Amino acid sequence: MGKLSAYLFGLLSLCLGLSACRSDDEEIIHHQEEQVDTASVATPKDTASVKGFFLLNEGNMGSNKCTLDYYDATTGKYLRNIYAEANPGVVQELGDVGNDLQIYDGKLWVVVNCSHLVEVMEQRTARHIGQISIPNCRYITFQDRYAYVSSYAGPVQTDPNARLGYVAKIDIDRMEVVDSCAVGYQPDEMAVIGNRLYVANSGGYRFPYYDSTISVIDLNTFSVVNTIDVAINLHRLAVDSQGFLWVSSRGDYYGVPSRTYVVDPQTYRVTDVFDIPNMGMTVSGDSLFIYGTEFSYMTSAWDVAYSIINTRTRQVVTDCFITDGTEKEIEMPYGIAVNPDTHEFYIADAGNYVSPGMLYCFTPDGRKKWSVRTGDVPSRFAFTHIMLAY
Amino acid sequence: MLLCMCVWHAAAQDVGVRSDADRLDSVQRLSEVTVMARQQSRAVIPMQQLSGEALQRLSVHSVADAMRYFSGVQIKDYGGIGGLKTVNIRSLGTSHTGVFYDGIQLGNAQNGQIDMGRFSLDNMEALSLCNGQKSNIFQPAKDFASASAVYMQTRRPVFSKEGKNCNLNIAVKGGSFATVNPSVLWEQRLSDFLSSAFNAEFLYTSGRYRFHYTKKDGYDTTEVRRNGDVRSLRLEHGIFGQTRRGEWRTKAYFYNSERGYPGAVVREEPGRFNHQDRQWDCSAFLQGSLRQHLSARYSLLLSGKLAYDYLHYLSDPRMDVTAMYTDNRYRQTEAYFSLAHLYNIKEWWAVSLSNDLQYNYLDADLVNFVYPARWTVLTAMSTSLHRGNVSAQASLLHTCVNDHTRGKGGAAGSNSRFTPTVVLAYTLSPDITLRAFYKRIFRMPTFNDLYYTFIGNKELKPEYTTQYDLGITYGARWEHGILHSLEVQTDGYYNEVEDKIVAMPTSNQFRWTMMNFGMCRILGLDASVKADWRIGQAHVSTHVAYTYNRAMDCTDRRSPFYGGQLPYIPWHSFSAIVGLTWRQWAVNYSFIYTGERYESSANIPENYSKPWYTSDLSLSRTFSFTRFALRATAEVNNVFNQQYEVVQCYPMPGTNFKLKINVII
Repeated sequence: MGKLSAYLFGLLSLCLGLSACRSDDEEIIHHQEEQVDTASVATPKDTASVKGFFLLNEGNMGSNKCTLDYYDATTGKYLRNIYAEANPGVVQELGDVGNDLQIYDGKLWVVVNCSHLVEVMEQRTARHIGQISIPNCRYITFQDRYAYVSSYAGPVQTDPNARLGYVAKIDIDRMEVVDSCAVGYQPDEMAVIGNRLYVANSGGYRFPYYDSTISVIDLNTFSVVNTIDVAINLHRLAVDSQGFLWVSSRGDYYGVPSRTYVVDPQTYRVTDVFDIPNMGMTVSGDSLFIYGTEFSYMTSAWDVAYSIINTRTRQVVTDCFITDGTEKEIEMPYGIAVNPDTHEFYIADAGNYVSPGMLYCFTPDGRKKWSVRTGDVPSRFAFTHIMLAY
Repeated sequence: MLLCMCVWHAAAQDVGVRSDADRLDSVQRLSEVTVMARQQSRAVIPMQQLSGEALQRLSVHSVADAMRYFSGVQIKDYGGIGGLKTVNIRSLGTSHTGVFYDGIQLGNAQNGQIDMGRFSLDNMEALSLCNGQKSNIFQPAKDFASASAVYMQTRRPVFSKEGKNCNLNIAVKGGSFATVNPSVLWEQRLSDFLSSAFNAEFLYTSGRYRFHYTKKDGYDTTEVRRNGDVRSLRLEHGIFGQTRRGEWRTKAYFYNSERGYPGAVVREEPGRFNHQDRQWDCSAFLQGSLRQHLSARYSLLLSGKLAYDYLHYLSDPRMDVTAMYTDNRYRQTEAYFSLAHLYNIKEWWAVSLSNDLQYNYLDADLVNFVYPARWTVLTAMSTSLHRGNVSAQASLLHTCVNDHTRGKGGAAGSNSRFTPTVVLAYTLSPDITLRAFYKRIFRMPTFNDLYYTFIGNKELKPEYTTQYDLGITYGARWEHGILHSLEVQTDGYYNEVEDKIVAMPTSNQFRWTMMNFGMCRILGLDASVKADWRIGQAHVSTHVAYTYNRAMDCTDRRSPFYGGQLPYIPWHSFSAIVGLTWRQWAVNYSFIYTGERYESSANIPENYSKPWYTSDLSLSRTFSFTRFALRATAEVNNVFNQQYEVVQCYPMPGTNFKLKINVII
């Protein structure tokens, strides 16, 4: 009897003891800091110069792991995952799948796709100011006192499979949606030229019936005034120094490859097409940086290219702007930015998407300067002229 | 008394040692018994088993919940009664677990995943877990064809006294989450050689429960889980027959359900959007088997099955504005036939040959779908030897798989492969047995892996596992004293998974494809101690299990996370069950501990998952009347109201209650 009771008592007290001491409170995850650039830290004293940048990590769908990183160019320090610590009161942190990041009007704007909201933070502190709920929101752009957010979740008409997207117009002073305008299917990036808003429609939910148009919205009347037919599954838009619109088409992942198009926003015509797969691009002066990773279901392999096109001459300057062989280290390029001051450029590497990615910094002539670990699926950059007070 | 009533599985454990015909005769009129400790420990590879009263006393909803008490098991649980629950054994991956229902494998050619949360314990007699394969060579080739196997054995009619021809068990369960769960079991003796069993069960639950997320010095929020409702109906009918030197049984099974998908809990504007995704399932199968001893040396086992599965998934933006419209129907058909022969060459030496043929077809209303069909031919040759203190078993399995698709060039190439298993056991003393096994086996890529629009990749190769196991068993029984029986099992093992099929991203987050990319190495230790105690009229049974797993993701040597612990595999896990019966009373306490783990192979703070441990209690009392008996049971689960997640963003329920009334006639 004694043996049994001792045994049972020991077992029970072990189980109960364990149960009693666990607290349901989780620790807030603190940011991590790394010195990434020690060699040649620029000390920009000029108030207008770039002090650093924010990097948005998408995080995987359903994991609520969108995070924000910050690179301090004045000290060469990289701060990983700053949002949770800066905003301990925001329930479930930044949210699920961060899709876009912009700085405008002294604020940081993050479009959190699967949390269905736009998170607004103070640029100086990364502190939460407010949020605007928009279902299935994708990208954001600005003009005057308004923000424009593209969304897949337009009105459902008779066929639930043919559901248009829309653009929400947000009054940035009141921080609320004041108008909306239906566009094409599953609209992605937008660009403002003059008083027109150009919206790239993908139709990504409608395979194999992709959309192939750009919707042109007159910002005075906030209605669609024209539709430009470009190519299937459009994604990104960039405006060059001449005022032309560069457009990326994702292709259909089977027979139709990803391509880069040029559209004249005045005549609404496609004026040029480049056989360059385009996953992301950015304009720096007269150079358009494009990286393209294209997966072919025919060959089950990736094609990767890092190209620069001169937007004036429309000549391909190079098809590998990384010059020291670092491209072999990069598993899955997922974001690009060029520092407007130093002309250094950055490539975000999403790796295998389920573990943290990498950020690579390159000198203007394409040699790797440093690299650092990021959050999961790093994608969007925003340069800041105000030092982060964290 | 040591023999058990479920002849179908366990009785032929040590075929070749004695004559089967004798044994069968002795089995026919056995009364109901529970655990068979001695027989278990004598098997070359012992099974872990929960059965009879011990199984019924556990306060759990489903087979998946009960599986948590075995060592070496990791359960993925998306929460609630309706949430998906899958079993991963020794970190090999869910698709490497074969799940058998009354001796015949449950298939899912579409995604290789069996939701163990759907199987009720209502009519379950025994639940067994087998690493490697059952140490029985007289079985269909399929039983040799998975890295580990779970056997669900439903109740077989047993009539307690002479002249009793009918058993009736009516049960009503209800409790938290608006759960209503009535069931009925009707067993009828039709003749001395024929009986039937009918079982029906209905389940409804709203799946609603509160959960909270709290950060120290930060936010504190309480939310309600919605759209987790389930409504299901299960009907089963079995016929059990005996021939002069054998037996046969058939089973008709029907399951129909509708459920909501609550979705991951992520940041959202509170209360604005509600997930409305729904799924309808319908599964039906008809299976049967015949085991016949044709001579003293030669026996035959015939098995067959026809199955149909229907799945309808709907995500409608008219219900939930954030949803992408999806409205898909999948229909699977399966036909299976097996023939196994056993020949006892000598008292101590037996050989067997099994041939299985299986056909699978998947129909889905997806764009560019290829409508795959698969023919699988399995041939297993095996032998078992028992000489003195040494037992040995070896088998060679040949698998031949051929796929056909609509349209030219759409099908994966055919596969023809041999895979071996070797098992050795050495009896050190009557109480102690040492054993070792080696097994190499693969799983075929599923139809989804190969042919799912966009994601599928028809170039995929099979995913291989290799297991090395070394174990020791101690089993003893005493007639006097308070300790009645004791069984200790310990296994150390090393596993490898090669050409692991993983989803890899393509050029954007929303497009993934399947690749043979992964490589895992797993070092593990399983230990369990089972003891029965008797003090006067009280009977106490204890069962503790411990698992250590070091499961390394060795996929990419260049990755900074090379060698990281695999997602959701805890280093340490532990479970304990203490059951006490005294006169008409029964009390059961069960405890689960899941240690720290990570949600990704990147073992960084962002992916860290805290340990959790839950305590469940149940109390029941049986009231006997002249014509019937009544049993009332009360259960409290998660007694300390711990908030935890098994899968990231899928919070589990806090303290919940259940009441159960059984009327047994």
